[in-house]
Amino acid sequence: MTTPGRLPQPYGHDGSANLADILERVLDKGIVIAGDIRINLLDIELLTVKLRLVVCSVDKAKEMGIDWWETDPALSSHARREELAREKRRDELARENAELRERLAELEPGRGQEEDR
Amino acid sequence: MTAMTGLRYVYAICRPFEAALQSQLTGVAGAPPGLLRHHGLVAVVSTVPERDFAEEPLRAHLEDLDWLTDTARAHQGVIDALTTVTTPLPLRLATVFRDDSGVRVMMETGEAGFRRTLDRLDGRVEWGVKVHLDPVREPETVEDEPTDAASPESRPTSGRDYLRRRRQRVRSDEDRWRQAEEFASRLHTALSGHAEEARLHAPQNSTLSGVPGQNVLNAAYLVPRAESEEFVELVDRTKDDVLGVPGVSGIRVELTGPWAAYSFTGELSGEER
Repeated sequence: MTTPGRLPQPYGHDGSANLADILERVLDKGIVIAGDIRINLLDIELLTVKLRLVVCSVDKAKEMGIDWWETDPALSSHARREELAREKRRDELARENAELRERLAELEPGRGQEEDR
Repeated sequence: MTAMTGLRYVYAICRPFEAALQSQLTGVAGAPPGLLRHHGLVAVVSTVPERDFAEEPLRAHLEDLDWLTDTARAHQGVIDALTTVTTPLPLRLATVFRDDSGVRVMMETGEAGFRRTLDRLDGRVEWGVKVHLDPVREPETVEDEPTDAASPESRPTSGRDYLRRRRQRVRSDEDRWRQAEEFASRLHTALSGHAEEARLHAPQNSTLSGVPGQNVLNAAYLVPRAESEEFVELVDRTKDDVLGVPGVSGIRVELTGPWAAYSFTGELSGEER
């Protein structure tokens, strides 16, 4: 009975294990191997399920440095949308900037050009 | 094998082991898991129906929390059974191949990485430790509750009074949270000292875990089996410690395990995939 490998009695997962504990392990941990059936568990929809269920609050997770889903466009449709939005904003800003420069150049021909050079 | 009609669901990769798996053990979709030996390694597999585990149905099922729950529990059940007889390398949920030869090819391509990881994890298990902070229930701070006429103090007498009380409550919540975080961080440092590796996981949602309050710490520790008893005792002692600290109320330490070393499988390097 008392072999060196003997383990203490299981705690907390004798058949009634907390679903969150199980899900975070079988969905998030463990070795990822590409099988013949190509299912990416990081697929967007599932990811939102995971976020809704496993992570208590995005803010708290961010605080702890767990924010990979937010920043990786490959993992998160939200991040992808954000990135698109950012790009769009950048474009808009660039356009707005260009327009303002043009107007400035019109209003103050000398100065606008000076700044542009 | 006659069961060529289904797909192969792989739970884990192990080194060959002597002990038999529990005879009534069933895997996902109800079929008993079997062992597929190849190149000195063992894949633990079971047959799953194509109608549920082909790409399209599987994708749909994974969005179904009930199905996901059953499958996750069955997957974990097999890994758990393996953990009692060997050190399994748990695979992520829903790793599915067309047939045994697909599994063999996977074992060959991943062989070097599997062996390295199996060596690293050999004889180790994972323990989960969480710290929860219970919500406070102070009747005088619950505005909606009908106030007892005998305790006029409990009703804010003015707007300013209300704001003062509100500020106090927010401050005391922040204090409790800070105390709990400090405790959790001390605990994590202490436990890390008794573990070979440690991982911090995202805090859990109390709706799903069914544990009231806020999850302050959610960590996993890799511990040799032989030292597990000691580790568990250490966690138990800290539970007592927290009860002994005056002024800190509502902090709970929860221990789960032993798990297969899910959180410590690491990444197999690209060339081995």
